[in-house]
Amino acid sequence: MPKIKIDGTEIEVENGLTLLQACEQAGAEVPRFCYHERLSIAGNCRMCLVEVKGGPPKPQASCAMSVNDLRPGPNGEPPEVFTKTPMVKKAREGVMEFLLINHPLDCPICDQGGECDLQDQAMAYGVDKNRFHENKRAVEDKYLGPLIKTEMTRCIQCTRCVRFTTEVGGIEEMGATGRGEDMEITTYLNKAISSELQGNIVDLCPVGALTSRPYEFKARPWELRKTPTIDVMDAVGSNIRVDARGREVMRILPRTHEDVNEEWISDKTRFVWDGLKTQRLDRPYVREFGKLRAANWTEAFQRIAQRMKGVKPERVGIILGDLVAAAEAFSWRQLAEQLGIKNIDCRQDGSPLGEKGGRAGYLFNTGIAGIEQADSILIIGSNPRLEAPVLNARIRKRYLKGGCAISVIGEKADLTYPYHYVGAGPESLTQFLAVESPAAAKPMVIVGQGALARPDGRQVLAAAYKAAVRLGAVKEGWNGFNVLHTAAGRIGALDVCALPASDGGKATLEMLDAAKSGELDVLFLIGADEIDTTALGATFVVYAGTHGDAGAHRADVILAGAAYVEKQATYVNTEGRPQMTQRASLPPGDAREDWAIFRALSEALGSALPWNNLDELRTSMYKQAPQLLKLDHRSEAVTAELADLAAVSGAMSHEPFRSAVSDFYMTNPIARASRTMAECAALKNVRALEAAE
Amino acid sequence: MSVRRLHSVQPDSFAFNAENLAWAKATIAKYPAGKQASAVIPLLWRAQEQNDNWVSKPVIEYVANMLDMAYIRVLEVATFYTMFQLQPVGRVAHIQVCGTTPCMLRGAEALKKVCQNRIHSEPHHVSADGKFSWEEVECLGACVNAPMVQIFKDTYEDLTPTSLEQLIDDLAQGRKVKVGPQIERHHASPEGGLTTLTDPSLYEGQRTFTRVEPPPPPPADSAVPPKT
Repeated sequence: MPKIKIDGTEIEVENGLTLLQACEQAGAEVPRFCYHERLSIAGNCRMCLVEVKGGPPKPQASCAMSVNDLRPGPNGEPPEVFTKTPMVKKAREGVMEFLLINHPLDCPICDQGGECDLQDQAMAYGVDKNRFHENKRAVEDKYLGPLIKTEMTRCIQCTRCVRFTTEVGGIEEMGATGRGEDMEITTYLNKAISSELQGNIVDLCPVGALTSRPYEFKARPWELRKTPTIDVMDAVGSNIRVDARGREVMRILPRTHEDVNEEWISDKTRFVWDGLKTQRLDRPYVREFGKLRAANWTEAFQRIAQRMKGVKPERVGIILGDLVAAAEAFSWRQLAEQLGIKNIDCRQDGSPLGEKGGRAGYLFNTGIAGIEQADSILIIGSNPRLEAPVLNARIRKRYLKGGCAISVIGEKADLTYPYHYVGAGPESLTQFLAVESPAAAKPMVIVGQGALARPDGRQVLAAAYKAAVRLGAVKEGWNGFNVLHTAAGRIGALDVCALPASDGGKATLEMLDAAKSGELDVLFLIGADEIDTTALGATFVVYAGTHGDAGAHRADVILAGAAYVEKQATYVNTEGRPQMTQRASLPPGDAREDWAIFRALSEALGSALPWNNLDELRTSMYKQAPQLLKLDHRSEAVTAELADLAAVSGAMSHEPFRSAVSDFYMTNPIARASRTMAECAALKNVRALEAAE
Repeated sequence: MSVRRLHSVQPDSFAFNAENLAWAKATIAKYPAGKQASAVIPLLWRAQEQNDNWVSKPVIEYVANMLDMAYIRVLEVATFYTMFQLQPVGRVAHIQVCGTTPCMLRGAEALKKVCQNRIHSEPHHVSADGKFSWEEVECLGACVNAPMVQIFKDTYEDLTPTSLEQLIDDLAQGRKVKVGPQIERHHASPEGGLTTLTDPSLYEGQRTFTRVEPPPPPPADSAVPPKT
């Protein structure tokens, strides 16, 4: 532990720390452009120059010099670093002058204006006069795809974007061509970037060279209301900040959460916001003479109550969709209980999760941060790159550290890291178990929804559990059995047991069959759009949701709800971490928050739910699922209960595993309503066609 | 120097010929397994020689595939080093005129003028007959014999506008040209012979070497099998 004196204060720092990190620990601020703590060190912007005593007698780039590189004084005095001396100021001013030589003075028309590192640091180190009388450099703009807008004359060549896409994104598509004044950041011959995490380079860019194309010229940072909330595009539960102006969501940015998303978010999370403004259900609708017509709430509730009158509870079904929050799932379960409805299911894809194995049977037990401790990973029936890009980046991070064997059973896709491909289907799983011997100390097994949402899902889940046991993944102090969810609402709904009643309740697929054959009179689709809504027979369908998607098209009554940025709702992420969204905007028109709709509906049905406001609802929910009360805390699931999973009869089919997500950009109603996502999906299809040729 | 881009007209494909392929494999084998990307510069250089002395898009992609590198990484290398020509060059000669200080002081500007008049007004453009192209480069390390030009792997030194014109004429006609200093000078020794250390007694008792020319290669039509 070397000792070092920074601006006169002596501190002891860890070995291998850079001077910049040491300065930060000592509370001295060091300006920087190219340095980023999650990327490799480039040392090319030179903005972080400091003066050192005990090292070379010239300004040192503090990001690229280790504290161990400095030597103590003749009498063993600790080496010294100065960050505020005239020499440092002059050196940084020199660097800034060089950076500004070729930087255009277009801040007034630059989207980065107001949140620009160069702008901010020029306030401290900029020189007010220009001594450069030659022509400024101009650089051709590059095409990087529909998400990133470029203005390459502004680029200061910090190479953060190149390092991010290569290291975290795992795609080698960006680079710096040319040299000296002619150096340019580009992709190979202006091809669009193919990463699902590319939006992060907008955040990383310290200047306005890379900006968000959908947000282009839309707003200024200081006029936005910033709401910290949670993302629901996948089951990672990324922490986000929603920036809104008035009622309009203008953009979505990541928040740092070391255990969940670090500081990255996927493109779907970041760019889905235009989907919040289109295709919205802004008032209730009822179907009349085969056509949907706008109605008011009383009318909609009456219509449902009328239809429900005299219908036997076993002829009623409730399917909860992917974006249903925990409290909403809880209120539906409560309502189902009160009305004696046994057919309620939160697994619209038909997976067997939650039936056995307790809470540990459906959670990502190792935790997302736990991936970094694993030393072997077996992925079954999942493509984490599409199902949870941020989590996949974590696996890649683990791979880069070395010493982690990754195997895949399922689709042979590009996961951004190399892996041992075992096979496509269940027989490979059986084979793998016969051959592979437990060698790793902390093995992980990740089961995707693609392996579970199939007729033999129970058997696959059992086999996956057996695999975990065989590999030694389930033991004291380490639970390496993991289910990777794709639906943000699923885990919360499972936590409040929104499952078919054990005495004859129908699960999703059975309900759909029943609807088709006319055995179901009323079907409630609560944001459930990923089912086959065209084959519901003559069933009376009530759809509660936010977007005019598949479910709404088939519905007889539509109840207009609030999207995830318009309500305060609890979502549990795949590792079982409850987090709460905050209201950044208001539901459009006459739409209401979902809990209020369901409370009013229960009254119309003559069986009022026993609470009157959100607080009371939460209180009763916490009674049943106390782990939801501890926000941002991962309550460990009981590992012992997992053993139930193995007790399943029947054999697995030979059908190969398919990922649950085939089109990353189109997984939920909000994304399907988004133009940006549609563009991305179209581009991806074109690319897939080109690759196939 | 200007922004270096791939040429607008690109050939369809590129592949090493058998000899170069064997050489490339031997070159890659010089590096440890997994570090084959280190061979990118020698391979690009060899590919440039085979591809009429310029690097095309197929060349970049061929080399990238061979070394298991991303295309952008090879493009970075190819655009970084000016020794890689990104556009077609003269069939007979690509004249690289040194324009760095010593050469400039000794008349490199006049050599540039000759190139502009004889070849093309702009550098990196092929002459009308397709035989020549030129560019200005930085120091090529023959400052004692300035000014000089480099044509592929040979240097031509102590040039004057007249001797450069002559050189271009000779090359265009396919005549044999003299490599190195174009005046009476042995390599980098003083012009017109030695001026110091001329006393022969200084060299008494010193072993001298006489250059032994290698035997000429056997004529192509002789059917003598090589000795093994």
